[in-house]
Amino acid sequence: MASSSVVATRTPAPAGPAADFRTCPVTGLAVHRPAETLIITNAVTAVVFLAFGGLLALLIGLTRWPAVHLLPAELFYRFVTAHGTTMLVFWILFFEVAGLYFGSAVLLNARLVTPRAGWIAYALMLAGALVTEAAMLTGEANVMVTAYPPLKGHPAFYLGLIVFTVGALVAVGVFFATVLRARAEGLVKTSLPLVTYAFLAAAVLAVFTLVSGALALIPTFLWSMGWLPSVDPAVYRLLFWGFGHGSQQVNLAAMVGVWYALASLTVGARPLHEGLSRLAFFLYVAFIQLGSIHHLLVDPGLGTSNRIMNTSYFMYLATVGSMIHAFSIPSAVEVAQRERGHHRGLFTWLRKAPWSEPGFAALALSLLWFGFVGGVTGVIMGQMQLNMLVHNTLFVPGHFHSTVVAGTTVAFMGIAYYLLPLIGQRPLAFPGLARWQPYIYSLGLAVLTGSMMAAGKLGVPRRLWDITYQQAAIPVTVFEDPRVQLLLAGVGIGAVVAVLGGAMFVAVMLGTLFSHRTTTRVGAGLRIALPPATPPVTTPPITGGSDPEEPGSEQGRKAQGPAASMGPAGQAAGAGRAAALQPGDPGARAEAPGTVVLVFAFLAWFVLMYVVAWSNLHKAWPVG
Amino acid sequence: MNGAERGPALHAVAGPGGASALEPPPRVWWGPLGRIERVWLMAGLIWALVMFAMMWIWPHVGHQNTPIESYRMAPADFKAAAEAFIKEHQVGEEFGVPVVEPEPGGEVYLEAMAYQWRPILRLKRGETYRLYVSSTDLQHGFSIQPLNLNFQVLPGYVYVIELTPQQTGEYAVVCNEYCGVGHHLMSGRLIVVD
Repeated sequence: MASSSVVATRTPAPAGPAADFRTCPVTGLAVHRPAETLIITNAVTAVVFLAFGGLLALLIGLTRWPAVHLLPAELFYRFVTAHGTTMLVFWILFFEVAGLYFGSAVLLNARLVTPRAGWIAYALMLAGALVTEAAMLTGEANVMVTAYPPLKGHPAFYLGLIVFTVGALVAVGVFFATVLRARAEGLVKTSLPLVTYAFLAAAVLAVFTLVSGALALIPTFLWSMGWLPSVDPAVYRLLFWGFGHGSQQVNLAAMVGVWYALASLTVGARPLHEGLSRLAFFLYVAFIQLGSIHHLLVDPGLGTSNRIMNTSYFMYLATVGSMIHAFSIPSAVEVAQRERGHHRGLFTWLRKAPWSEPGFAALALSLLWFGFVGGVTGVIMGQMQLNMLVHNTLFVPGHFHSTVVAGTTVAFMGIAYYLLPLIGQRPLAFPGLARWQPYIYSLGLAVLTGSMMAAGKLGVPRRLWDITYQQAAIPVTVFEDPRVQLLLAGVGIGAVVAVLGGAMFVAVMLGTLFSHRTTTRVGAGLRIALPPATPPVTTPPITGGSDPEEPGSEQGRKAQGPAASMGPAGQAAGAGRAAALQPGDPGARAEAPGTVVLVFAFLAWFVLMYVVAWSNLHKAWPVG
Repeated sequence: MNGAERGPALHAVAGPGGASALEPPPRVWWGPLGRIERVWLMAGLIWALVMFAMMWIWPHVGHQNTPIESYRMAPADFKAAAEAFIKEHQVGEEFGVPVVEPEPGGEVYLEAMAYQWRPILRLKRGETYRLYVSSTDLQHGFSIQPLNLNFQVLPGYVYVIELTPQQTGEYAVVCNEYCGVGHHLMSGRLIVVD
């Protein structure tokens, strides 16, 4: 390698009793044992909530499918409330807390500052979640996850959420303290790893979000107790969406961090330009929260300048951040794949990607669906005028199921396939299930979200038990349209398939957790393609064709030990990289022609969807 | 191979492409952008500016813009105003709900309440009406179908929506914000005549 190479030796053992640490045999990281326990506990709790929320999803999906129409109205609304809260708040935040501890203590080889505070955070979050679940499941708070006043729920609903929020804030504090102390102790030699940096961005966003949530929920709790006469519905909406959408921006930053992590783990990808990727996260932190006001676009009470500045100008700068990631992640994968020898043509690298590896499949599917569907629809819905066409229709859950579920949840599932075996030191259970799971889950979500969005375009409201309006004061026949019936059947069928995929994930996770097999080969069944341990020496670069690491090839799979890429093939790949890319050559970065085609195809799709949306709006009556 | 003895794998390997996202980056990670990165960044910025500009441009080229006029008003006062309006303009009754026919170009009151939209409106095609929409109890969603125009309705706030019907026919008004266990019963009607 050239003189610009920096080969860091592993960071020195952190201060404190060495018994607190173990060395991960796969990654070589020093793992702080108390952090490890907290990570497993939070992640498993998250998975339990995911399983419960999935069960509710099945019941809701089967109710919106008109031919089945499973639940009575009261139970439907009760379960929609519980599903939304369980998934958007409990599943995601417990998992993100696990991610924060992993991104700080484990990736930095550091000691988690005050595990005790971590446990306090966990106890508060769990207690709050259980209290809120109890309020929802007993039917005392059928108020939806948005809980818009003056619709009133049982005080326990709000109190539980507040306690949960405080717990989450404590966890975020533990993360910040851990990062700061790792820096102070010299464990971070240069800058934070990109994944940790992403989680840092998520944590900064989380502080804003959680404070906003407290500002919305505390007065509402006092009002529900009868201690405040009223809560202004418009002010509540403003504060609530600082929390409600803000938390989705936390998910976004965390998800993109997980994308980078998965790209590194599965194909050994290295971001082409650290600075650009970091800039993109900075754009999230600086601008994306202001975009949260887009939920108020068709509310009374906000002026035009406010709408335009907050929901568009600032939001679009955050959109640029997402477009940066949309380039930098596939390009990193492409370069890594080309270094492995898959360099023929534009897309051989993609065709030869490890599609049977659940982490890679989850990365690719999450990136695809989040980008092409969730992200694009979100930006379009956030356009001031266009919002009138979809506000509160089924298009909205179609959008957020493609971001938070097909995007974030799929990515989180993908990283969980690594997190639980490596941190839990157990082999992955049911690898066959794991291999198919991302595809089945994503297929269900594709049907679900596609149907929801199309039905929303036809005007079908969200959160509605009965599309026939049979007992309504004034008959509504507009939804007897056979297209609506078909699309709502799609919602039900998509939900069933997605829940099946979700159940497969839960089975793999719980099977892994309760596995009694202990082995040092914890990475068995997983492809872990970290960079070679030592700088590669002179080995001729691989020049295409098949290589023994081909996924799906049984030979390749057997050859992959926990540190497969440290084997000869990995070294050769490293040498190939050294030979192919001349340090300092500006052209060296641009060796991702396939990605260039992909991102411009994405931009063309984005523009097309945008033009279609305006043309739809143009057909509506003049309004203003 | 058994990797148990293999040492640390998370080394920063510098050079083009930098380090893995899981490890600390090289000491200098802020070098110049490559050509294609610059092109893509510019494309993203230009596209963001186009989207930003559209919201300013549409009021000049299109006719569908988000209403921004609204007033604060106590729900009881709005209810009284709506009742007075109905009394003045009522022309009939359907499904037990009054039907009103306001003068073309005039003001129209529409009350949302769990679980009904009141009154039924009969409007003339091509005329512009000022719809005063508010709720007298909870939050509701004002949704005209199959036109698919949707607005949020809050108690205590009167939203002024200027609407110009373009086609004759009967339109459903539904609620698309959850407002209680009878949410799926909340309907209204808008009739456009020549």
